[in-house]
Amino acid sequence: MKEIIRLDNIRRDFVVGEETVHALRGVSFTISEGEFVTIMGTSGSGKSTLLNILGCLDTPTAGEYLLDGTPVRTMSKNARAVLRNRKIGFVFQNYNLLPKTTAVENVELPLMDNSAIGADERRDRAVTALRRVGLGDRLNHKSNQMSGGQMQRVAIARALVNDPAVILADEATGNLDTRTSFEILVLFQQLHAEGRTIIFVTHNPEIAQYSSRNIMLRDGKVRDDTINPTILNAADYLATLPPPD
Amino acid sequence: MLNNKPPLFAVDTDFLELFISISTMNIANLFKIAIRAIAGNKTRSFLTMLGIIIGVASVITMLAIGQGSKLQIQQNIAEMGSNMIMIHPGADRGPGGARGSADDSQTLTLDDYNSLLTEAKYLAAVSPNVSSGGQLIAGNNNYQTSVTGVSRGYLTIRQLTVEQGSMFTEADVKAAAKVCVIGKTIVDNLFPAGSDPVGQVIRFNKMPVKVVGVLKSKGYNSMGMDQDNIVLMPYSTVMKRVLAQNYLQGIYASAVVEGMTDLAIKDVKSILRQNHKLREGDDDNFTIRSQEELSSMMSSTMGMLTALLGAVAGISLIVGGIGIMNIMYVSVTERTREIGLRMSVGARGIDILSQFLIEAIMISVTGGLIGVVLGFSLSMLIKMGAGWPVTVELWTVILSFAVCTVTGVFFGWYPAKKAANLDPIEAIRYE
Repeated sequence: MKEIIRLDNIRRDFVVGEETVHALRGVSFTISEGEFVTIMGTSGSGKSTLLNILGCLDTPTAGEYLLDGTPVRTMSKNARAVLRNRKIGFVFQNYNLLPKTTAVENVELPLMDNSAIGADERRDRAVTALRRVGLGDRLNHKSNQMSGGQMQRVAIARALVNDPAVILADEATGNLDTRTSFEILVLFQQLHAEGRTIIFVTHNPEIAQYSSRNIMLRDGKVRDDTINPTILNAADYLATLPPPD
Repeated sequence: MLNNKPPLFAVDTDFLELFISISTMNIANLFKIAIRAIAGNKTRSFLTMLGIIIGVASVITMLAIGQGSKLQIQQNIAEMGSNMIMIHPGADRGPGGARGSADDSQTLTLDDYNSLLTEAKYLAAVSPNVSSGGQLIAGNNNYQTSVTGVSRGYLTIRQLTVEQGSMFTEADVKAAAKVCVIGKTIVDNLFPAGSDPVGQVIRFNKMPVKVVGVLKSKGYNSMGMDQDNIVLMPYSTVMKRVLAQNYLQGIYASAVVEGMTDLAIKDVKSILRQNHKLREGDDDNFTIRSQEELSSMMSSTMGMLTALLGAVAGISLIVGGIGIMNIMYVSVTERTREIGLRMSVGARGIDILSQFLIEAIMISVTGGLIGVVLGFSLSMLIKMGAGWPVTVELWTVILSFAVCTVTGVFFGWYPAKKAANLDPIEAIRYE
């Protein structure tokens, strides 16, 4: 299996006043193509810092991080921006869609910064991504005319549109009710089945049952790294829920 | 999430890099994003633009008024005779100097006039100038004015033409004949019934004078003087019969062409110095002024006035620019999350910088365009409504347009830089 992510003894220190806080104290693991990994941990465990580093938004103080074979730690800010643009799809807890902007325009956004892709191709790819997440009939709906579940689907389409090496989800179901959460989870499982690499950061242990692997952080270190032998099917659970009113 | 502030990466961008990378990135996309942002906030964008609109419109209007007045004054001076050279007795004391003493005011004589007439090169015409105030009476009508004693050359110098009758003759000058040529204002006041004044005898301070000609009307000059309030008599008549004096109040001359004015002045000066027996190192006891000098003085005065008007209007343009800066700052703060998102999905600092800069420039350029149209319309309105001389010149349009584009860049730069320097991790979570 192709290695998408390799973390080698990653450390991240923050200097606050005269004190140094060690947010990550030597984290190492690799993630291969096609894995659906949940990263869990309580608040203060360093999972947000890890997510920022995985997403190339932040760089480690020490250690090496290889994303799809590219060493990230010594990259310039601009180079990391380009890397994010090509290799990473972000899904945030609070969707982060542009206000008063249509679904298609939101999904097009990552491609705006890729001059290799023209306007026609950009739109085609945005429409394809939106169809993929089941919003083919809401292409031109504006972000403020959509429900939370729909907005998160747009956000997932936006994460898919640049065909990234890895999708990074940060509490992607955190703002949604149970039913919608499972709908989104079903979507992630479908993407996983299609061979996408997904990293899902959450503090909800339930979600770990639906992923292929679970990494548990505590105090800036990996406490547990387990392969899930029995992946539950989110669609099955969704079927047991009472229909929406 | 720890509340620690991660190291803030300074955006390593300066102007040079901006220009290099602008060519490599998708400018059209940035324009698209900027247009969306402007259109998304129409009222605010318009109000921001309003500052620039008013600024540009007032710059153009003010400069148009200034330029128009300047042009008209130049035109008026040219009508008065731009080749004209005026010689007055007494040394040049500059503006506001003490008045000349009595004998200093009698330094110009008929000898000087005759010398200039015979010796001076570069002069097309020379005329003595003596004048006296008094009352003109014709029948029941009278008019308070002054008469000017001149030679026939005066018509050439002042670019006057006789419309009815004829100019007095050389013989009239020799004989100090009681004849005169009068202007339109005099005709209107002395002969209100419309009878032909030529051949009529009027009285000037009890002296009967025959009207031999009427001058073509020239109207008012730029300084508001009525150029038709004029009575010309032979200088000999005024000197002998009116003033009883043997010196001149001035000598007027005109250079052959405007370009020779300076040469002519030098020539006149040397002739007069010789006549007055002035030695090397002595001050002139006469003053030579040229219309050209006057014209350039007026031009520079008007130029200063125009610059002043422009500067006042320019201030409003700067205020408009500050308005843009203010709104851009608010906009950056308001859209922090959007900026964070754009950075997360791969926008570089330079892309964010360009986006906000383009937005600022678009606001100022659109405002500038509207301002140009408004300024032009306003100028035309003033021209037609108030009848002021107004000229919109291309350079004023280009200037104000360039200034407001620069304003956009200048006042957009700091907010844009602030946006580009945001940390995506913080920005995306900004509430």
